[in-house]
Amino acid sequence: MNKLREKFMSIVFFMTALVSVLAVALICFFLLANGLPAIAKIGALNFLGGTEWSPADTPPAFGILPMIVGSLYVTAGAIIIGVPIGVLTSVFLAHACPKKLYKTMKSGVELLAGIPSVVYGFFGMAAIVPVAGNSILSACILLGVMILPTVTGIAESALRAVPEPYYEGALALGAGHYRSVFCVVLPAAKSGILAAVVLGVGRAIGETMAVIMVAGNQARMPVSLFKGVRTLTANIVIEMGYAAELHREALIATGVVLFVFILIINLSFSALKRVM
Amino acid sequence: MNIQRLFERIMSFLTWTAALMSIGTLIYLVGFILVKGIPYIKPSLFSFTYNSENVSLMPALISTVMMTLLSLLIAVPLGVFAAIYLTEYAGRGNNAVSVIRITAETLSGIPSIVYGLFGLLFFVTYLGWGFSLLAGAFTLAIMILPLIMRSSEEALKAVPDIYREGAFGLGAGKLRTVFKIVLPSAMPGIFAGIILAIGRITGETAALIYTAGTVAQIPENPMMSARTLSVHMYALSGEGLHTNEGYATAVVLLLVVVLINTLSAKIARRIGVSA
Repeated sequence: MNKLREKFMSIVFFMTALVSVLAVALICFFLLANGLPAIAKIGALNFLGGTEWSPADTPPAFGILPMIVGSLYVTAGAIIIGVPIGVLTSVFLAHACPKKLYKTMKSGVELLAGIPSVVYGFFGMAAIVPVAGNSILSACILLGVMILPTVTGIAESALRAVPEPYYEGALALGAGHYRSVFCVVLPAAKSGILAAVVLGVGRAIGETMAVIMVAGNQARMPVSLFKGVRTLTANIVIEMGYAAELHREALIATGVVLFVFILIINLSFSALKRVM
Repeated sequence: MNIQRLFERIMSFLTWTAALMSIGTLIYLVGFILVKGIPYIKPSLFSFTYNSENVSLMPALISTVMMTLLSLLIAVPLGVFAAIYLTEYAGRGNNAVSVIRITAETLSGIPSIVYGLFGLLFFVTYLGWGFSLLAGAFTLAIMILPLIMRSSEEALKAVPDIYREGAFGLGAGKLRTVFKIVLPSAMPGIFAGIILAIGRITGETAALIYTAGTVAQIPENPMMSARTLSVHMYALSGEGLHTNEGYATAVVLLLVVVLINTLSAKIARRIGVSA
């Protein structure tokens, strides 16, 4: 009786562990089954390379290149703004922060990570948009702030993982404090910092609500930093509510493209982690 | 020599500036929301029925609590049991384990809008649940599953082997050892993971719009549509008519987030002390 129960529960545990496998399989299946037919109907080249998105026209055009480019621009901008500040902040936390200040700084960064994206969006709408407009620039600034805590957190643990003798050795050779940190410790932590950047890219490209609220969302090729842009994520949320038939399938296919991007980013992240 | 000193100066300046910018952004953001939102926190904001006049956030608050409980009810047993399998049952070099790890890692990287799409396709359409609390909760449960799994696994791993050996030595079976000895000692760590998950659920919007829908009333049963606080805020921002109430809602959301953060920091410190 007891033995039976042991056996039964060990099977239950195994089954629950398989739920995550099942979930990934279901997500892949449902996205692909609903998205790929649309890509086939529209034509992969027209879909991925088309510069015009006008689902209401006759005949409709379903080119998502503007959104792909838009997502890439916005992500690149977020990285340019968020990574330097994030990495420098992590250097501050790991090597320059007075002990008394550390707890406050650390919980501040954690709080920044916990703020919901709608709140960021609201803040962006009221504080950034009046200055920079509904534009690529606004989206870049807001996303830069949003990936800041992600980058800071991972970069800090990467810096802390560098053995102390590296720093001490540099000091002993006559380098100053910051020279030791920036020229010896930071390069030693580079794979960890790269991982932080990759995770930041993942967060920026997948962010939806905050971007919608500040980016303007015009579905056309981005023309300037100060003009509006629509990302892949925005495309899905904005039009899913009323889309039907091929239009709806094209939106799901947009999700497939986003999913593929994320898979590539995830793979490179876990490859980096293996190197670390 | 001088160049050395200059380098030190510049780098010191840059590091401090960056840190100030990070913390300054936080202070600016929180201050901005508080200043704009607090004047609009009125009793009418907390009445139990929503209409376009009072723009009450109470139904959304209650829906958020319901959504959180329902998602946790689904995800916590699954995540904890999966972690038990990974730490206590799976043998070393087991192929299933690496597949489970890879899929859990994949899940944790998927953006919320993709979860939303999947929830719409699977729970709402394929299973025919419609826009409902249940469809939203299941979608969120999948989303927080890797988080619960990861934190439970770490917590279980941190339990010293002596505990297990002691239990076995006293004649307890494996199951009894897990439930009576290992799991209770891992509880604070598991709880910390649950709190992080609560934070993610409260802040989630994109995964919920097309799974739980945006009805602004208190749902009477799990098959009814409901909007959480975050979705409520997004809806307000889209209408553009109730911006002030939006700020007030943001204040409430921020409060929840701060509460969750302090709670998880407290627990983390307790674990640190006991370890």
